[in-house]
Amino acid sequence: MSDALYHDRIVALAKSRAGAGKLEAPTASARRDNPLCGDRVTMDVRLDDQDRIVELAHQVRGCALCQASAVALAARATGLPKAEIGTLRAEIDAVLDGTAAGEGDFAAFAPVRPYRSRHDCVTLPFEALQDALKPR
Amino acid sequence: MSFDVAALRRQFPILGRPVNGNALHYLDNGASAQTPDAVLDAVRLYETTARANVLRGVHALAEAATEAYEGARADVARFLGGVPAEEVIFTGGCTAAINLVAQSYGSLLKPGDEIVLSVLEHHSNIVPWYQLAQRIGVKLRPLPVTDEGRIDVAALPQVVNARTRLISVAHVSNVTGAVVDVAAVVAAARGVGAKVMLDGAQRAPHGPVDLPALGVDFYVFAGHKAYGPNGIGVLWARRELLEAMPPFMGGGSMIGSVTFEAITWAPPPRRFEAGTPPIGPAVGLGAACRWMMGLDWTAIGSHEMGLTQRLMDGLAAVRSAWLIGPPGLQGRLPVVSFVLDDVHPHDVAQILDSFGVAVRAGHHCAQPLMERFDIAGTTRVCIAPYNDIGDIDALLAGVDEAVRRFA
Repeated sequence: MSDALYHDRIVALAKSRAGAGKLEAPTASARRDNPLCGDRVTMDVRLDDQDRIVELAHQVRGCALCQASAVALAARATGLPKAEIGTLRAEIDAVLDGTAAGEGDFAAFAPVRPYRSRHDCVTLPFEALQDALKPR
Repeated sequence: MSFDVAALRRQFPILGRPVNGNALHYLDNGASAQTPDAVLDAVRLYETTARANVLRGVHALAEAATEAYEGARADVARFLGGVPAEEVIFTGGCTAAINLVAQSYGSLLKPGDEIVLSVLEHHSNIVPWYQLAQRIGVKLRPLPVTDEGRIDVAALPQVVNARTRLISVAHVSNVTGAVVDVAAVVAAARGVGAKVMLDGAQRAPHGPVDLPALGVDFYVFAGHKAYGPNGIGVLWARRELLEAMPPFMGGGSMIGSVTFEAITWAPPPRRFEAGTPPIGPAVGLGAACRWMMGLDWTAIGSHEMGLTQRLMDGLAAVRSAWLIGPPGLQGRLPVVSFVLDDVHPHDVAQILDSFGVAVRAGHHCAQPLMERFDIAGTTRVCIAPYNDIGDIDALLAGVDEAVRRFA
């Protein structure tokens, strides 16, 4: 069954580490921990004066699903107004509960649906980004 | 007595059931062990012939329930080296037992008193003491861990002092499998008049515990890790300590008398067992202790260590694998943690699941130890008497696949 979970696209996303790292001067940053497994994601974002995400970097201490999710999220979120991140979160939640197929690389997470204990691995980067974008 | 692993396996119904089409290779025993027929039958017998509340009723079922419950207490007392049954408290689990001590014995401590805990403790032996420190101002003193994942008893003189009131450490690490040097801990405590508590959660599943020989003051363990049911645990403490300790929870059965003006407490163990206790689980735990006392633990120890050696040899052949814990078999039990470079423990465990191999991955509720080794988590293999060579070889095949897939 793990063949379905760790299919080629998930492994490729995780290994690519695209967008991994830190920003020199982030507008906002947030770290989220998964208290059950100890995984940790830090998201740095830089916003322009119209609250559009112009740059995003992630540091992930987590599993392949978490790594792949951070890469997929960074690719989709860069260039979006920060107000639209909630829409991306709703999309990945829908993929995980089987009510939507998901756009682009978000669709790669559909096989995670039956693995309830792994849903948090996928959503942790989203939570870190949403946390970073909260009004301070 | 001789040891026949195939015969032992037949006593565990779940081991014969396939999981997702695979034979089950259950190596997550440190989280919860499986349960033999002897325990399942005992619980069913109680529930079908003697189910009633204990202590209060005079009817036949109530008498039978009380006898079964108190009989289980006597079984646990024998399992713990023949301690008095009145010193055995049934709790909701090992965590509940530690919390009982932290709340009750802890209430006798004063601001500035010190409690020594090791860096490898399970969170259940850290958090209740942290809460006590927040509440009354006791100070927690961490005892370091060696590079081999052992509690560094050589550091005791630097950590234990005249203000130390309690040293509370794991009898066996739930991550590294290292057995603590109990004699060194007890000697350090006695030198300053402190008490010693051992968290026996990972020790009790490997045979009877000789508490009089260990010389400690408190001992706790969980039923579900020791082949018993969920929802039951044990606190043992010396009678004079229990008699000095106030109750932790109030309710029925734990009182001497009740008026609106004054309440008196029942003597131990009832003082600490408010309300209706988990009778069926206690009966099951008693059966688990009888079952364990009927086994040849010398032969089982050799069997478990043989499997541990096979596991460690197999991991040594995996270039990206490294152990978190003692490199050999001395002073350890068959709890083995390892890390694969570039493969997260959750991914290892998920791949292993596809081979029918059940293990635990993550921080194992031991975040200070993970920080000590600068890792996010490990993959942990916990071997029980019913494990066999097939279990270890299936695990090693799964590890090879995880390396192939991710590294």
